[in-house]
Amino acid sequence: MPTKPESPDLSQEDAGPGDDVPPGPVIETDGLEVHYRLQGGALARVLGLRTRTVKALDGVTVQLHRGEVLGVVGESGSGKTTLGRALLGLAPSTQGSITYRGRDGERLVSHMKGAELRRLRTDVQMVFQDPSAALNPSMTIEQAVGHPLVVHKIARGAELRRRVHEALERVGLAPVERFASKYPSDLSGGQKQRAVIARAIILDPEVLVADEPISMLDMSVRAKILQLMLDLKRDLGLSYVYITHDLASAKYFCDRIAIMYLGRVVEIGPTEEIFANPRHPYTKALLKAIPDPDPERMLPRDLPRGEIPDAAEPPLGCSFHPRCPEAVAACGWESRDLRVVLDQHWTERGADFDTERRLVGDLDHLDAPSKRATLGKGDPAAVLALMEGVRAENPDEPLWNGVRSMESDGSKVVVEFEEGVDPALRRAGGVDVACVLYPDGAGSDTAASD
Amino acid sequence: MTSLTKDQTPARPGGPVLEVRDLRVWYGTDRGPVRAVDGVTFDLRPGEILGLVGESGCGKSTLGRGLLGLLPEGAARDGELRFRGKDMLTLRRREQYRMRGSELGMIFQEPLTRLNPMMRISDHFAETLRAHERRISKADVEQRSLEALRVMGIPPTRFRAYPHEFSGGMRQRIMIALALVLRPAFVVADEPTTALDVLVEAQIIRILHNLRATYDTSMLLITHNLGIVAEACDRVAVMYAGKVVEIGPAREVFSNPQHSYTRELLRSTISLSTTGLNFIDGAPPDLTDPPSGCHFHPRCPDAMQICATTEPPVRDLPGGVRAACWAAEVAHGRTLDEDARRPLPREAISVADEA
Repeated sequence: MPTKPESPDLSQEDAGPGDDVPPGPVIETDGLEVHYRLQGGALARVLGLRTRTVKALDGVTVQLHRGEVLGVVGESGSGKTTLGRALLGLAPSTQGSITYRGRDGERLVSHMKGAELRRLRTDVQMVFQDPSAALNPSMTIEQAVGHPLVVHKIARGAELRRRVHEALERVGLAPVERFASKYPSDLSGGQKQRAVIARAIILDPEVLVADEPISMLDMSVRAKILQLMLDLKRDLGLSYVYITHDLASAKYFCDRIAIMYLGRVVEIGPTEEIFANPRHPYTKALLKAIPDPDPERMLPRDLPRGEIPDAAEPPLGCSFHPRCPEAVAACGWESRDLRVVLDQHWTERGADFDTERRLVGDLDHLDAPSKRATLGKGDPAAVLALMEGVRAENPDEPLWNGVRSMESDGSKVVVEFEEGVDPALRRAGGVDVACVLYPDGAGSDTAASD
Repeated sequence: MTSLTKDQTPARPGGPVLEVRDLRVWYGTDRGPVRAVDGVTFDLRPGEILGLVGESGCGKSTLGRGLLGLLPEGAARDGELRFRGKDMLTLRRREQYRMRGSELGMIFQEPLTRLNPMMRISDHFAETLRAHERRISKADVEQRSLEALRVMGIPPTRFRAYPHEFSGGMRQRIMIALALVLRPAFVVADEPTTALDVLVEAQIIRILHNLRATYDTSMLLITHNLGIVAEACDRVAVMYAGKVVEIGPAREVFSNPQHSYTRELLRSTISLSTTGLNFIDGAPPDLTDPPSGCHFHPRCPDAMQICATTEPPVRDLPGGVRAACWAAEVAHGRTLDEDARRPLPREAISVADEA
């Protein structure tokens, strides 16, 4: 059985590329931002009201070295698909740059338009998640796979046919005669994904961006498609960006992994190091949460609460802090977190919800992010006692690390939070990680205490 | 509970909630009947979670729906199906209808399409409870709904919100709470976490695993993710081409698989401990014309002559496992004559003949 291929020696790859390719990573992003302005109503625009911005990508700097597989891992809403699309010029970058170094030298993808962008697609191609949606149901497999050659006016007639058959054979859709005239609906999921891959490689690209290429497939064929991609990488000298939420396949498939959360890379480094010594609490949580068939491995109890937040209103400080089991005072605590903790108190403790809710009053004002929150409709002393009770029942709740003061101002209870910082990616051991637990110059594992 | 539940046959104490014997479900098509469920036998004890795994098209969803009587027009059931001792296959449609919700529940994969966007969460609960307990008071509705939501980790402050105000994971929790608020004795959960993210999926598996402490509900958990079964289920049934080929305690089946298909399925799963890629060649068979003998023999690396001709007997094996596999028969001491044991020459399987 095939085993994991040796990862390429990256430094050497970069130092001594072939004659016709410029040195350096094949694709590089620098502070890449993709922001989408949300259009408010017409009235809001006329009145010049604040329009909200979704930061799908918020300062992403990654490099794809020649011949490597870079994994981009995260939950839905982390920006991983946007990053993949941006690399092909399919998502408009609002800030930062994408550089592609290919056969024609160095080019700035982020400044490309129209025809130039279309030409880029002969070098950078995409494999989509859902092979049924990626293939036109009214085109035969031969037409679909040959379509890029027709669009780019590269081949026609006998030459077109020859190249299509070669691509189909390469992806294992052989004997070709059996598949060429079929429609997508005649094929199984794995066969369709092979056809999608054939279409992606037919232009002889250098880079494939594969967005969840196996997640829609049956367990029994996932390994086959991954194997096919490894074979193609070896035979055609491809580099991959492998976008996935599945850490298990990323562990096997990738040389390096970037963990994304809410539009940012929070940890990036060699696969081995990420799995052996996960540093960011989010990476740790993802690793622990993978359901594993091994009966000896069980899910932990301290799973992060909640879900990925709204990218239009990201948390203050570190985006992961509301869910982080290791959060400290400086993580960016704010009013919205107070609401979460109160909700949790009412959900888990089965407390006297009606009475307590009357006491603290309406909580909607907490949804506007603020470092200072006021609470209470009833007697402030009683509200303060309630809040102290909530603190006492779960003193390990990370939120309390970030509460500087909680006192009555005579009519209401005022909660003030510690100043937070928004951590940048910094070197820690063999990886880069964006977390206050790994301050600048922390060296290897000094901050990794659990 | 109210009068609706009084005429129930009381469950035999300690007896199984569900007894399935040689259950068959088939659909009529132009090419002949599709035997989607082909002679399935198992019991489900109160509070037990049984995982049902297999590739797409193996009949696992059909089995789940068949147990609840939720089959489309043109499908037929045969065999024996007893719920708390009551014969479900001879029950009239109206009676079956009445049992769904209050005694038999279903949790679907995509929660957003199952909640009415125009109705508050509180109204969903009121509608569900009132449909089965007509005279339930407003206070009772609220108290029972909030309790069900609390168990699923939904805060009471969100009770009057609309479905779109919740995230995907929260919506799935609400769906589960809606299915459990009537305290059904048996629930089918069809891929309940497939549409969710890893962390949210883990949260929900945790909740499902802990349900036994709160409700005495038995569950059939249909999934293609073997990891979920290992985390949440007491027992697991492995299905292939309409048949349950192996069933037993999840721990036992995963650490010591008896059927060749179970073993190959486990081997082909990519997990954190994967160091090499393995896969099962070929594709599951066409269920209008399944292979002779053991349905898995054309793809099986251990296939013997006998596998192609004779269906393997269902055998109780040590560890509480039941499997139907000739290789397991031999491994457990059955002697077959030399001809029967000779390895079956594999028909050439093209690389792309796959699922």
